Amino acid sequence: MLTTIAALKERGDVTAINDLIPYAQSVGLEAMTDASGLLVVLRFRESNIGNSAMRFIHGGVVGALMEHAAILHLLAETEAAVVPKIINLSIDYLRPSLAADTFARGAVLKQGRRVANVRMFAWQDSPDRPVAAGHAHFLLT
Amino acid sequence: MIIPNRPPDLRRIIRAFEDLPHARDVGMTFLSLDHGRGSMRMPYDSRLVGNPETRVVHGGVITALLDTLCGAVVMASVPEGTPLATLDLRIDYLHPASPGETIRASAECYKVTANVAFVRGLAYHEAIDDPIAHCAGTFMLGTGFSADAAPVAGGGGAPSSDGGPSC
Repeated sequence: MLTTIAALKERGDVTAINDLIPYAQSVGLEAMTDASGLLVVLRFRESNIGNSAMRFIHGGVVGALMEHAAILHLLAETEAAVVPKIINLSIDYLRPSLAADTFARGAVLKQGRRVANVRMFAWQDSPDRPVAAGHAHFLLT
Repeated sequence: MIIPNRPPDLRRIIRAFEDLPHARDVGMTFLSLDHGRGSMRMPYDSRLVGNPETRVVHGGVITALLDTLCGAVVMASVPEGTPLATLDLRIDYLHPASPGETIRASAECYKVTANVAFVRGLAYHEAIDDPIAHCAGTFMLGTGFSADAAPVAGGGGAPSSDGGPSC
């Protein structure tokens, strides 16, 4: 690896970190920045379908999107020198995710000395109609 | 587990879940499925790596496996054809998965009410008493969605039969 994650984090280059992660490429997770800040996108792929009859995206992949958004937001927003380690994750599924791109953002609710608490939510057509919401704890030491 | 007049068709559930595009994509298969409990396995694959420095799989891989298994176990605990949707899923990561090793999961549906099924599960490599992750999930029953394939909003669940986790 030419550049380590720590070095990329130092530069605040979350998109470059995302591009180094094989799983992100496998399921179609992308990181970008818009007017509201970091935006994580799960591109629609047939291989992410979890209900063939209804053509819904697999809830586990939506969960992966939420976790990924939480980690990338933490890397972007905190000063921690190490890559945060996830302690736990809770996801509420609000609506089925249809066969289309899904978007997610995270927000660091509290950063303590050892633990960070992050909130996440995901949507498709409009942030006003979230498909999932969640929260996660990360160890920063 | 009380199963009214239409018992779940375990073979159909296994087939339906293993045939899901995402289950095929990551290689999830059943080790066992029974009424109320089940287990699955997923081989290590470098495509699933979440940390390129340690080669540990992405946490989302474990989420997807547990979500799938939990959904299948719930489906194996309710009358055949009952539609279901993941309401929520909580996962505690107990220690990192080991690169190169197959991940297994076992889950049990420990309570079914008129509207909600409650399920818990563990992910591990070889020994269930040294788990990688613990999960607790709830599923809505009778969601109005078609039950042809797998559960809805959440992942699917797979039934298991290997004695299951006791968590």
